Amino acid sequence: MSELTLTVMRLGFLAVLWLFVIVAVQVIRSDLFGTRVTQRGSRRDAGRAQQQAARQAPPQQRQQQSGGRGRRNAPTKLVVTEGTLTGTTVALQGQTITLGRAHDSTIVLDDDYASSRHARIYPDRDGQWIVEDLGSTNGTYLDRSRLTSPTPISLGAPIRIGKTVIELRK
Amino acid sequence: MSSTTNSPTHHTSTIGAIGAPSRRNTELALLVFAVVIPVFAYANVGLAINDSVPPGLLSYGLGLGLIAGVGHLVVRKFAPYADPLLLPLATLLNGVGLVVIWRLDQSKRLQASSTFIEAAPRQLLYSALGVGLFVAVLIFLKDHRVLQRYTYISMAGALILLILPLVPGLGENVFGARIWIKIPGLGTIQPGEFAKIVLAVFFAGYLMVKRDALALASRRFMGLYLPRGRDLGPIIVVWAISILILVFETDLGTSLLFFGMFVIMLYVATERTSWIVFGLLMSAAGAVSVASFEPHVQQRVQAWLDPMREYTLSRQGVVGHTEQSMQALWAFGSGGTLGTGLGQGNSDLIGFAANSDFILATFGEELGLAGVMAILLLYALIVERGVRTALAARDPFGKLLAIGLSGAFALQVFVVAGGVMGLIPLTGMTMPFLAYGGSSVIANWALIGILLRISDTARRPAPAPAANPDAEMTQVVRP
Repeated sequence: MSELTLTVMRLGFLAVLWLFVIVAVQVIRSDLFGTRVTQRGSRRDAGRAQQQAARQAPPQQRQQQSGGRGRRNAPTKLVVTEGTLTGTTVALQGQTITLGRAHDSTIVLDDDYASSRHARIYPDRDGQWIVEDLGSTNGTYLDRSRLTSPTPISLGAPIRIGKTVIELRK
Repeated sequence: MSSTTNSPTHHTSTIGAIGAPSRRNTELALLVFAVVIPVFAYANVGLAINDSVPPGLLSYGLGLGLIAGVGHLVVRKFAPYADPLLLPLATLLNGVGLVVIWRLDQSKRLQASSTFIEAAPRQLLYSALGVGLFVAVLIFLKDHRVLQRYTYISMAGALILLILPLVPGLGENVFGARIWIKIPGLGTIQPGEFAKIVLAVFFAGYLMVKRDALALASRRFMGLYLPRGRDLGPIIVVWAISILILVFETDLGTSLLFFGMFVIMLYVATERTSWIVFGLLMSAAGAVSVASFEPHVQQRVQAWLDPMREYTLSRQGVVGHTEQSMQALWAFGSGGTLGTGLGQGNSDLIGFAANSDFILATFGEELGLAGVMAILLLYALIVERGVRTALAARDPFGKLLAIGLSGAFALQVFVVAGGVMGLIPLTGMTMPFLAYGGSSVIANWALIGILLRISDTARRPAPAPAANPDAEMTQVVRP
């Protein structure tokens, strides 16, 4: 076999090996476990488009829209404001957030008054966030009232579980 | 697969469930790539050595393709959200390793030796067995948390596996290290490779329960959190066991691997830097004191400090010295930046263990610095995916298990590569997936299987909220 062919093959093999490494790194870059950089951009674009639409829309329609479900006031994060986990935030991305002492909860509460599966917070079909008590011993409180059924959460309303208080924020 | 937005009229701030993409097709594409590269290498070796494309090219390619294909289909069925990179990376390393083992089989010098056996067909068989175990792990281990129940059984199992090589009649002393056991009719196996996985299960289960005590009760001294005396118990026990391994099995690698894995997991579980400091001090003290009286370890240290002297002594026929360390360094040196090309090096001069402990030297000579860097990056990517899996895992047991397994994998690569390159004393371990050796290949495929299982659980999208049976009665009235 000629020297030239072997040299080309040698360099070719190294190139292919490195190409594989580079492709693998590219896969990792775009694979950040469910978070997508592109989406934030497109969401902002969409938001701008809607603002424009709202500006052009006739007044009563606009009222209807803003009164509808306060879509522009949709919460983007959940913040723990009191208790041992104070300061923890969880981005709201349409996933169900479970709260409780169980290890697999989204927010693991280290609280004597919390049950292992205490409550969950999830978006309904329209994107309104709902809090539901999962039959906890000591109950879940929204503002001052104990929850008996799945209840929509308004922005900034304190949800109290034992010593922990959480809020939805923009 | 992708995010769902709301109806087109208000497609603004409602963020639908971002279904984690399963990425199985990415895996398939990479897997095809990972099969093509070794086939290319195989053809290259044949052309370089025999001037012809090797006759087994098609069957080898099909064999590797079949192994990869079965692995992929099983992942698709049983772990659809698992990490897309681990399987292709492992397949590529395994395939390239097979090619280099085959290349060393073709060496006239090695064929002339009395202990020569065709290693490549055996290695292909071991790889198939390894993928078989990988498939079994994915099918039968539905949830890695099941392993948590076997915490203390794992401890007992790991100890038995570690002690087996010392049992008279069963253990076998191969070139100074007692890390093999001989099973009549089946050949020898290295139980340490399997003990690695079992021990990771035990450490994960144990540390998950005890980490609060180990993390919180401590005094601050010079910027370090000093643990209380009684909390030092576990680390001392593991340290003592690893020292015993070093003394009785005279294997620095296994000893370092187990102690290192425990320290890594302890650090991850407690977030206390002091454990790392303690671990380093203890392992250094242990290794130095054992090296001062154990002749086998001493010899390894000598070969590390002055390989040239060892080489000349061995050439002069003095017993108890080795030429290999120096030969490996020469192999790396003559490879240069781009290497001599596959099949055109002289790394077969290393002779015994050229295709197992010293396989990296062949890579160094024939693929050069560029090739070895690529191989090390492939290992780094496997470790990175393991650590990423640990970050994404939701349960503490899975986190610790993933970090323990990838930490052990990283340590093993470091210990072997460092040993061959002369950074640390050489030990009797094998490069995962690359080197010839059944236990190593099989155990590491199982390790990849467990990591895939954990990453599948971690990346699986959360189930949709169950329909509420009272939904009819509790209609929410919105303003």
